[in-house]
Parts: sequence; structure tokens; C-alpha cells
Amino acid sequence: MADAQQNAAPAHPPVRFETAPERYRHWKLDFPKEHEGKVARLTLDVQDNGGLREGYSLKLNSYDLSVDIELADALSRIRFEHPEVRALVFASAKDRIFSAGANIYMLGLSSHTFKVNFCKFTNETRLYLEQMSAESGIASLAALNGTASGGGYELAIACDEIVLSDDGSSAVSLPEVPLLGVLPGTGGLTRLVDKRKVRRDYADVFSTLAEGVRGKRAVDWGIVDESPSRAQFQQAVDRRLAAMVARSSAQTHPSMKLTALAGDYHVAGTNYRYVTLAVDAGRRVAARTIRKPEDDEPSTPAELASRGADAWLVRAFRELDDALLDLRFNYANVAAIEVRAEGRASAVLQAERILVEHAADPLVHEVTCLIRRVLKRYDNTARSLFALIDQKSAFAGVLLELALGADRTYMLAVDGVSLRTSALNGGTFPMATELSRLQAHFYHDASKAAAALVETAAIDTARAGELGLITFAPDELDWEDEVRIAFEERASLSPDAMTGMEANLRFVGPETMETKIFGRLSAWQNWIFQRPNATGAKGALTLYGKPERPEFDFTRT
Amino acid sequence: MSNVINSERIPNNVGLSEDKRLQRALEEWQPNYLKWWNEMGPEGFQRDQIFLRTAISVDSDGWANFGHVKMPDYRWGIFLADAVKDRTIGFGDNMGQPVWQQVPGEHRNSLRRLIVTQGDTEPASVEQQRLLGHSCPSLYDLRNLFQVNVEEGRHLWAMVYLLHSHFGRDGREEAEALLERRSGDVDKPRILGAFNEPCTDWLSFFMFTFFTDRDGKFQLLALAESAFDPLSRTTRFMLTEEAHHMFVGETGILRMCDRTAQVMKESGKDHPDDLRKLGVIDFGTMQRYLNLWYSLSLDLFGSEVSSNAASFFANGLKGRAKEDQYEDHRALEGFYTIDRFNEGRWSKDDIPLRNALNEVLRDAYVEDCQRGVDKWNRTIAAHGVSVVLKLPSRKFHRHVGANANLPIDVAGNVIATGSFSAKRDEWLPSESDKAFVQSLMTAPVFDPKQMANWISPPKQGIKGRPVDFEYVRRDA
Ligand SMILES: [Fe+2]
Ligand SMILES: [Fe+2]
Repeated sequence: MADAQQNAAPAHPPVRFETAPERYRHWKLDFPKEHEGKVARLTLDVQDNGGLREGYSLKLNSYDLSVDIELADALSRIRFEHPEVRALVFASAKDRIFSAGANIYMLGLSSHTFKVNFCKFTNETRLYLEQMSAESGIASLAALNGTASGGGYELAIACDEIVLSDDGSSAVSLPEVPLLGVLPGTGGLTRLVDKRKVRRDYADVFSTLAEGVRGKRAVDWGIVDESPSRAQFQQAVDRRLAAMVARSSAQTHPSMKLTALAGDYHVAGTNYRYVTLAVDAGRRVAARTIRKPEDDEPSTPAELASRGADAWLVRAFRELDDALLDLRFNYANVAAIEVRAEGRASAVLQAERILVEHAADPLVHEVTCLIRRVLKRYDNTARSLFALIDQKSAFAGVLLELALGADRTYMLAVDGVSLRTSALNGGTFPMATELSRLQAHFYHDASKAAAALVETAAIDTARAGELGLITFAPDELDWEDEVRIAFEERASLSPDAMTGMEANLRFVGPETMETKIFGRLSAWQNWIFQRPNATGAKGALTLYGKPERPEFDFTRT
Repeated sequence: MSNVINSERIPNNVGLSEDKRLQRALEEWQPNYLKWWNEMGPEGFQRDQIFLRTAISVDSDGWANFGHVKMPDYRWGIFLADAVKDRTIGFGDNMGQPVWQQVPGEHRNSLRRLIVTQGDTEPASVEQQRLLGHSCPSLYDLRNLFQVNVEEGRHLWAMVYLLHSHFGRDGREEAEALLERRSGDVDKPRILGAFNEPCTDWLSFFMFTFFTDRDGKFQLLALAESAFDPLSRTTRFMLTEEAHHMFVGETGILRMCDRTAQVMKESGKDHPDDLRKLGVIDFGTMQRYLNLWYSLSLDLFGSEVSSNAASFFANGLKGRAKEDQYEDHRALEGFYTIDRFNEGRWSKDDIPLRNALNEVLRDAYVEDCQRGVDKWNRTIAAHGVSVVLKLPSRKFHRHVGANANLPIDVAGNVIATGSFSAKRDEWLPSESDKAFVQSLMTAPVFDPKQMANWISPPKQGIKGRPVDFEYVRRDA
């Protein structure tokens, strides 16, 4: 067992995701006076030697995970801690360079698993940016004072608007295809045509042109919104920001300080206040338990504001978020998760009532959006998710989402075991498909989703079976064996096939830009990452920056 | 319109009269070029008759025709050096294959970028030098300035010819953009740093033509090796003109050294203040200008470690200067050791040779610079003056590459940032140096018999004419 645990321990020091503005190395968050604090400005100034790992230098504002961790943190803090903000602007502290995108040498040194998870995390963060605009009325502007290439442009294109300095040399580009033989996988290809609606023939030209496009052509093709001269650049940026502030629908709420979670990380998991991650390296199974709220959770916006980030809804889901990332990055071998929720259902329903009764309150709304994000991160976690519902369980309302989002649910068939639906299961936390998890679960029959929603009482195992809410209902005698075998079997299957299968089945229903990014774009990208033309000994990604030229196998599939 | 675009007006050996596509492109571009020349070319001398050399063909008597001509009437021509029969690629992964007469699709963007980057420097230097005529030390020097200027204009034509002939619509757009960027302009700066620096006095001009044009020489030598034959032939011909630009710089500084050393000897003074009072430029000031232009020019070679350089070489786009001198033309095996300053100390880094080719080119450049500096020092020594001008460490005052923005002294040691700012004026031209140099150069010398006090006359004139020949006939 001890050996197995050591095997599970990561080869690199574990990645930690908690940070705070005073500890940022690569970003500066400030609120320029000229916009009276209504604009948050994130200035990118990547420290060459400040990367997460050794062996590469983050030149030209290129980034690695450490840069994106800070960005994700900053976006959360802007929403919770700076309620006066109405718009966000991205700038660069480097002269004539906005960002060169993800650092290629870092990618070259990274394992496939790390690359995929790095891309996924950056994709999630880009989507946070768009959600911030759609959900909270805080639009964002990319102020490109210099060249934005690859991931640099992909960050820009995740903003609502892009202004590119027209100085005769600053360009936007997606050089991944021509230079590296891979895709602009942080949403670039998808957003070009789906979001900015760049004509697909122009998108084709743009995506094969290593040096990108500048000035007027970039505007004509819809790749940026405006390209003023250097002298007029700041004026154009300020004008657009002022317009964003003026049309913002954001409402002020009390600031909520996102206090440190201070997880107790150890070799086989993490203990937080409400969440426990316990990794059994031998079985390659992790148990992830979320515990019940306190008895006196806030029931009004004022109480929520005074409880702050200690409120269960905020704290438990932030912990869950951190645990998901911990699992993704630091426990690569874990195949499957026992998803558990402990406590009394009534306490969960009590704690979540504020989300229903005060849905229009801006701070409550932010909490809802936070939970939405965490649940999406859960959906996008490439591990088998089996929810286990027993006597101690509290799968009610917001926590029932975890069971509905799982690949399977096992519910113990004895008296006293129950689950509860609530109004929140009706679409408060949509998936990437924009369906609720209940709708996705009952994609074949919408009436069953409706029927489950109107069950107001506790739903016991038999009733849950009738309603179709659970997969299996072993009795007390079978439970232990059934569950054990289910996990053993799961852990024995090909991890690649599992990742692909789960991703296909979980996102039943319509495509959205988000599902295309995590599905189509990422899947192609991850395929290309594995192909000799990219990562073989003579592959373009392998040889980038090296003296030899790539050699392609020109067979098309 | 098309009567403007003919082989009489535009001397060439590229078959312009048969090439409809090139004619069409030039019809649009040429008027804009003239507009640019009139706006941004030498200011105040466009109606004067200048004793200029005009190339009308590439053979030995055709490339150097001398006569008085107004600059806007100068016949900017398009020339390729003679083709080398059965030329094959001389380096990189495609070594030994026939060179390309057309641009291969896969290298189109890289080649265009190389040509645009080179092309951008040509009009840039004309812009930088446009006011110098008003403070010329003699008509001889004034003419040399204009000769350099018109030839830089021709170099622009040479690059534009390649863009027009081989890069389609993109090439035509890039050719236009070459006329739109402006040296030192905040909105539309020239591409490379040194070409946005002000060059408003003759000491800077001579340093520029010595150091910065010499970067041009080495870039052209490297491009002359290119597998893209039209680029190779174009740059080979440009090199013959470039040699004159460096001659202007080298002899300009040499004459200044001569003059200052002479005054030191005659007056018996050596304190800078005394020498300045005697109207010559002290060697300390010259050394600081040297430090500035040398370091700015070193930056033009790019980063010490460069994947672009490796890929240009591998693909046969850009070689090393005089590739023939090397034995191994693939450069896949060796390493190049560079110094890197990391966490408080220097360490040695072995870089695969192909990735270090910028540094290899820079090595050849440094050596070439040293030869010129040695000549200056011999001139100084001939007067019995013991001052020695020195090239500073190539790590000093860099803004590109491994040592960019590090506080490094002229000897190449990293020092405290504070002590760099404290010592800056010992190493680089100070405001008072600049004010002094400007104060010597407030008025032009237009009398053919005269020479400014701060510079000695040249040993000989141009094309057999005496030094006091009327090289520029002022429009009265
Ligand atoms: Fe030139
Ligand atoms: Fe030149």
C-alpha cells in the first residue's frame, strides 16, 4: 500500500491552485482612476523565470499554468471582491508584445496528461471570462498594444472586444498549424467562426499564416474590432471601456473577500472544512465527500454578506473546485471517483433556499454562478464519476446535481436512504449544453424530468428507481460487493477509452460553443498531440526551436 | 502612366520592358516612392545638382556612372548580379539541390518576412539622415551623404522588386507598407530598433554608416547565400554599394580622429574641455558615440539563441556570411557556447549550432568592426597621441537577446542597476555631449575650398576629382 501510494505521488511537486493578488507574479490587477474604479485592469507582465517548472523561460509574455492560475483567481476576485467593477481590460506591460501564447518549450517538456489538463484549465478560464460578461454584465476588452499570437490571441478572442494597435508591425496570429503542426486549442478555431463569425475561408487563411494579420485586414476580416494608430490607441481603448461601463447591467453588492481555503494537503488526498478527497492509490479510486452545511447558514443577502466566504454554499463549492483540480493535476492515476455527500438533506435544502428566494440579489447571483462553474468543472473532469447514495447521504437540491452529473448512481436499497430534488435542479446550474443535468439525464423523455422536479418529499430508493433517477439499487447484502466490483472493473478499462466514452455520453444533447471547445476542438487537438507529425521524433512540436526540420508522414486519414 | 515605367527611366537587367506584372506593380508604387522621397528624403537639397554615381548595368563599367544630377531625377534601377550557372543550394537540409527561381510555397511567408525586414532598413536610414545636409562639414561629405541616401533608396527598390515579382498581392501590400512606416514614429515605427534612433549629427552619421551599415553588409552576405536565387543575386549586387557606405563611415571617423589628434599634438592639450574649446571632438565623446552605435547595431543580429535562425538555415533561406569558408554546411552537429547570466552568476550554455547562427554572424561582424577601429587607432598613434578607441563588450547596453536590459558595464561585468545609471554618462553620450556635438555643427560648409574645423580633409576626392571639386552645385 505504501509503495502504491508512492507510485501515485506526482513526479513533480504538486500543483496548487490557491493564490491571491498580493502573490501574483505575472499579472497586476488594478483599477485605473480615470474610470473611477469601474474598470478592472489586468496587466500581463510574465516573469521569464517565474514558471511553474524548470527548463523553460517564459519569454515574450508567453505563459504556463502558473500564469493561468493567477488569471483564474483574478476573475473570481473581480466578481466577488470588487462589485463596483463594470468592465475588464487586458493589457500588457511589455513593449510591443501582448502575449506569445502558451510557452512551446513548456509544452514540449510536458507529459501528454499534463498538456491536456493544462489546456482544459485554460479553456475553462477563457469561458469564465465570457460567463462574467453574460452572467454579471462585466464585459471585457483586449487592449493589444503589440503582437498577440497563439494563446495570446485566444485570450483576446475570449474577450467581448479586441483593439489592436496599428503600428505597422503588431499582429494577431494563430501560428500553431504552420509552425507547430498542432491546433490553436484554447478555443481559437471555434471562437473565430462561432463567436466572432469570421468567414470560414478567411479563418482558414488566418489559421495557416504564421505571421498573422495586422491593422486594416484584421478589422476587415473581423479578427479584431478596431485597429487605431499607436497615438490613438489608448483613446480607443478608453472610449470602448466607457461604453462598456455605460451599458453594463451589473449591480453593486457588498464585497465578499475570498478567504484562503487552507486545505490540508497530504500524500493521499486533502482535507478541507467541508470536502475530503481521499485517494486509494492501490485501487486507483478516490473518494470525494462533500459534507453538510452548518445549522445557521445565511438565509438573506445581508446575512450572506456578513458570513462572507465562510458561507457553506461558497466555501464548500470553492473547496470542491480546488479538490477537482488537485485530482486532475496531482493524481493522474486515479481512474474513478466515489462521489459522496454526507449529512442531512434538510440542512442542504435549508442552506440553498437563499439561492431560490433571493435569486435576483446580485451577491446571491454571484454565488449561483460560482456553483455553476464548479459543477461544469466537475462535468469536465475526465475520471469516472460514480455517485454512492447510502444512509449517511444528503444528495438533495444543489448536491443532487453531483449525482445527476455522475456517470452512474448506486443507491442502497434500505429504509432511510433518500434523495431530494429541489427547484434548483430545474436549470439553475446548466451544463455546457445549456441543458440541466436532470434534462440531460432524461434526454429521452422530458416528462420524466418534470415528474422528478415536482416530487417535494424525500425520495426513497424504490421511488428513485421508479422515477428513473438512479442506475442501480443494490440491497444491503449486495452493496459492498457490487460497489467494489463496479470500481475494480472500471479501473481496469482503458483510461483513454473511458475518457472518450464519458465525454461523449455526459454531454448528450445539443452542441454549443462550449461543447465544441471541450469536445470537437480538444479531442482533435489531443489526437494531434499524440500523432508522430506533432510529437514523434521528427514531429513539428518536438522539433520546434531545435535545429532539425520536421518530417511529416503525408498520409491523410 | 506606363511611359514612366520603362527601361530608360528605370535602368534594369530584369527584363522590365517585357514584364507586364512588374510594370503594373511599379506603376502604382513608383509615384508613391517619389512622394516618399520628396517628403522624407534629404531636406532642402532636392533641387541641387549632386555628383552622383548611378548604376545602369551590372558590368564593371556600367555600375558606376558619375555625373551631376538632381536627386529626384536619380535613376533608381533594379539589378541582379550575374547568374551563377547551375547554382545549387550551399547549406542546410536541401544542400546540393538546384536553387529556386520561384518562391516555394512552404517558405513564402518566411522569405517575405526576411525581405521586408531587410527592405525596411533602407528607407529608414534615409529618414534618419534627412536633416544632416544642413550641418555638412564640406561639399565632399555632403555629396557622400546623398550618395548613401540614393543608394539606400535603390536598395529599397531592390527589395520591392522581389516583393512585386514573387509575392503577389501580399508583396504589393508590403511594398506599400515600406513607404508608410517612418523612422522614430510612435504610430508607425520602422521594424528594427536602431532604425528608429535619431541620427542628427555627423558624428552619429559616421558611426551609423560604420556600424549599422555594416550590420547590413553581414545580413546581405547571409542572404546572398540564399537558395532563393533572385534574393541571392539582388543582395550580391547591393553589397557592392554597401561597401561605399562603410567607407564613408570608416573614413569619416578616421578623419575626425586625425583632426583631434593633430590638435592635441599642436596645442599640447588633452583635457576634453580644452579640446572642445579648440573646436574638435575629444576622444572620450567619440568613444561614447562608438559605444552607443555599436551596441545598437549588435542588437540587429537578433537573439543569441534563435529558432528562426535555425529554421532559416535548415530551409536554405539564409546562410552564414561566406558559407564557402565552412567545411560543414549542414551545421547539425556542433554546439556554440554562450554566456548566460542566471541567478546572480554567469554560466556557459551549449546551444545547438543552428540555433546560434545569429551569434555566428555577430562574431564575424565584431571582427570586421575591430579591423576598422584598429585603423582609427593607428591614425591616432601616428600623431604620437596615446589614446586608444575600443569596442565595448558585446554584452554592454543590449536590448535584444540573452543580455537584454541587464546592467552590464563596458567590460562585460554585471553591476548593480544603480551603478549603471550613475555611470551611464561615462559610457554613453550624455545630454551635454550631444549639445556640444550639435554646437559644432550648426552651419553647413558650402564653400568647396573649406572644411569644418572638427574634421580633416580626405586624402583624395571622388572619381579623380580634387577634394575641393564642386561635388554639390547649389541651386541659387
Ligand atoms: Fe542598404
Ligand atoms: Fe547602406
